[in-house]
Amino acid sequence: MTNAWTDIKNTDLVVVMGGNAAEAHPCGFKWVTEAKAHRGAKLIVVDPRYTRTASVSDYYAPIRQGSDIAFLNGVMKYCIDNGKVQWEYMKAFTNASYIVKDGFGYQDGLFTGYNEEKRDYDRSSWDYVIGEDGFAVTDPTLEHPRCVWNLLKEHLAPYTPELVSQVCGTPKEKFLKVAEMIAECSSPTKTMTSMYALGWTQHSKGSQNIRAMAMLQLILGNIGVRGGGMNALRGHSNIQGLTDLGLMSHLLTGYLTMPTEKDTDFETYMSTRLFKPLRPGQTSYWQNYKKFMVSFQKAMWGDAATAENGWAFNYLPKLDVPAYDILRMFELMNHGKVNGYICQGFNPILAFPNRAKITSSLSKLKFMVTMDPLETETSRFWENHGDFNDVDTASIQTEVFQLPSTCFAEEDGSLTNSGRWLQWHWQASSPPGEAKHDSWIIAQIFLRMRELYRKEGGAFPDPILNLSWEYEDENEPTAEELAKEINGRALTDLMDPTDPTKVLVAAGKQVVNFSQLKDDGSTMSGCWIYSGCWNEQGNNMGRRDNHDPDETGAYLGWTFAWPLNRRTLYNRASADINGKPWDPTRKLLEWDGAKWTGYDVPDIAPTAKPQDVGPFIMNQEGVSRLFTRGMMRDGPFPAHMEPFESPVENVFNRKMRGNPVARVFQSDADQLGTSAEFPYAATSYRLTEHFHYWTKHNRVNSALQPDFFVEISEELAAEKKITNGGWVRVWSKRGSVKAKAVVTKRIRPLICDGKPVHIVGIPLHWGFTGSAKKGFGPNSLAAFVGDANIETPESKAFLVNIEPSTAPKDKEASV
Amino acid sequence: MNMDLSRRGFLKLAGAGVAATSMGALGFGEAEAAEIAHVRPFKLAMTTETRQTCPYCSVACGIIIYSKGDVRKGDKAEVVHIEGDVDHPTNRGTLCPKGAALKDFVKSPTRLLYPMHRKPGSDKFERMSWDEALDRIARLMKDDRDANLLLKNEKGLDVNRWTTTGMLAASATSNETAWATFKFAKSIGMVGFDNQARV
Repeated sequence: MTNAWTDIKNTDLVVVMGGNAAEAHPCGFKWVTEAKAHRGAKLIVVDPRYTRTASVSDYYAPIRQGSDIAFLNGVMKYCIDNGKVQWEYMKAFTNASYIVKDGFGYQDGLFTGYNEEKRDYDRSSWDYVIGEDGFAVTDPTLEHPRCVWNLLKEHLAPYTPELVSQVCGTPKEKFLKVAEMIAECSSPTKTMTSMYALGWTQHSKGSQNIRAMAMLQLILGNIGVRGGGMNALRGHSNIQGLTDLGLMSHLLTGYLTMPTEKDTDFETYMSTRLFKPLRPGQTSYWQNYKKFMVSFQKAMWGDAATAENGWAFNYLPKLDVPAYDILRMFELMNHGKVNGYICQGFNPILAFPNRAKITSSLSKLKFMVTMDPLETETSRFWENHGDFNDVDTASIQTEVFQLPSTCFAEEDGSLTNSGRWLQWHWQASSPPGEAKHDSWIIAQIFLRMRELYRKEGGAFPDPILNLSWEYEDENEPTAEELAKEINGRALTDLMDPTDPTKVLVAAGKQVVNFSQLKDDGSTMSGCWIYSGCWNEQGNNMGRRDNHDPDETGAYLGWTFAWPLNRRTLYNRASADINGKPWDPTRKLLEWDGAKWTGYDVPDIAPTAKPQDVGPFIMNQEGVSRLFTRGMMRDGPFPAHMEPFESPVENVFNRKMRGNPVARVFQSDADQLGTSAEFPYAATSYRLTEHFHYWTKHNRVNSALQPDFFVEISEELAAEKKITNGGWVRVWSKRGSVKAKAVVTKRIRPLICDGKPVHIVGIPLHWGFTGSAKKGFGPNSLAAFVGDANIETPESKAFLVNIEPSTAPKDKEASV
Repeated sequence: MNMDLSRRGFLKLAGAGVAATSMGALGFGEAEAAEIAHVRPFKLAMTTETRQTCPYCSVACGIIIYSKGDVRKGDKAEVVHIEGDVDHPTNRGTLCPKGAALKDFVKSPTRLLYPMHRKPGSDKFERMSWDEALDRIARLMKDDRDANLLLKNEKGLDVNRWTTTGMLAASATSNETAWATFKFAKSIGMVGFDNQARV
């Protein structure tokens, strides 16, 4: 989230699209209710189902899953055509005026440079014209035909209300009503917030869904302001934290990136990460990359990381592909190329698409380790449960270790919420049985491996033998020790740059935040963006001052938000080019002639003059991007693409399937179904009463929602002779499930591209362990394809068929 | 630990105050006084309170866990009640149907208690000691790493890449656990390393 949960009360319009906050994030959704009750804010819901969020909305419009870009591009076009643009904001704070190279264009659903064989674009023409001074050429009048603004208008031209309705199935008048309500927020004194979740990410063009809304928000001037923003409602309690800390194949901590084979040494690695400003005087904060990178390497390998050895750069593995993401790993596993796998608090046979492939892959492992407080289907993937897990146990040669870990109540530590607040929690109870902390288990495996390397030697032991592991009890690093390491400290005395005789931070002391990190090896910090979380003032994540001066919703004294305790990202954009708040009643920051003052920590140097330095300091441009150059694989503008399994053809290019540059493995391409065979458009979602696959272990939640079901419309039920509460079989090209049918008015058929489209809704909370009845989930059916940029599987849009059926049989009943 | 205001102490005092003043004011007789004396003490009065956050979605509602016993004093502590934290700016004491049933997660009948091991081809889990399990895992991992770590690519560049053992990290673990996990996974050269962010 760019903003905080508590900031939502400041909004005038909430758009929930690609999410269902009332059910999936109920207590955060209270702030929507607050805005409606006290500000008169309106709520719009655009969703294939009439969700509980929709039931309390002011306006609901149905949409076919996987068609959001067409809808959002249509709204952008509506706003521009009707002059509903926050002109001053758009001109000053976006790259609308930048001139784009001549080669760039878009035709038949494809951008310039498409190579069908490689399923990739040559993106060289997707860039700015760079002047002789080395800076991007701009035309502040926006008259140049090749400026981003004019190219955007051209790109959006086809997205008329008629086309939106044809693609999305949204009745034209409903689309126009939504567009009209959104367009009102172009006023500098009206803001809109976007609340989205997996309904937008789990698509083969998920990143572009989000981009489309971000662009709309920029055109309306709603980024960086109170009650505005792009608010990703993250799925797990600490999914934000694990991403921030770089627990991903292609990341290091704090969004530093893993080296690739092109990065032959540290200097080469740094040379592509220097991020020179593209306009005069801009901050381009990533110019500090080296300070964060060297401090990170020092946190990892201490004294073994020296200037002479390129800060132990060769200790880091180097990627030969963009990432060994989950889909790639399971593809390799299914080919017998992976031998061992650890699943820590993760249940891939329910969480990943095409369960049959996941089960087949795990069956080819030599060993698997699970670490979880609860039973999981994954740890028992080899166990036969009749229809619910129909495997041949004896033929599965995988050795499995199921390690019991503690749960939240039994540990100290911090979790980062969606609003980037790092909140500390304290241990309340003792672990049951022999359950152990994850940090203990990890330490044990590490120490035992290190011992083996000490004794026996082996393949490149250096990064293991030299890993910094300096804890009072190396068997169990404490949360405090680890948090301090994440924050970082001075390794030698740091002198005051303004007075070289004065020690700013003495050796061994915590740095105050990342502004004190150095690129000469004199500091260490595990994750630069978290620096400030535990400094010499103590544990800032444990702060509990809930005062909120003037009730802005900022709560600066409550825990710690990254970066630098800043609550709203890009908050300098809440004020105009001269530093005056767009809306004085919703001031965040103001330029007082010498510095930025206000309710939040400025997202800009406190003395950076408003006319000189742009608000988007992480971008080389200093402004935000309506055109992303070659930074996204599937286009610098969002363009409509169908899901890989779609009930209709792409109206821009009827031969094109899915995202033209998304990676598809051959065996998965062979398992894609067509609408002739599988006529119904399925989607997946959560229920209020359950959290993923955990709460089916809880008796209360299992009693509230005991049974797996699917939701269909009355029309489809009548067509297929399905009765409410009766058993149905739902199947795709990849698998089959049995469920109780819930026949509902919440789902209605849509007319898309001239034909009716029926939607099948599939909640995701059932398996074969726990207190709830045994059941299935949508991932038994979903396709094994991912987003073109980040490989999030397309679990929100796939094709199925459905028929009346009988109850599934468990093992006992089947023998 | 941040417990500047002890709710337990407050409740005790408040309870006693109500009993003493209302009895006198309302002129209760002996029978009523005896009845009040039999009222069960408030069940949370003897518990330890701990500030926590809900581990489910990313709203991260503040909660208070009431335990019998205090882990900080070395006691074996057991959760008896969980409720919303009224001081928390986001949820202000409220909880959803998931959060309200959190105690059921902590005390679920399917909580795992012991390391278990399944032999290849077997149809059952068998208990294993921690030492045995960890030694065997370390051995399997080292052997696989030694056999399959790619030290150099075809151009002779150090790549130190281990693709044959991977890990999924848990997005419900703390940042601190995540950092320890990160150090472990990246230092051994593991590249098939992800968390729930991609799903």
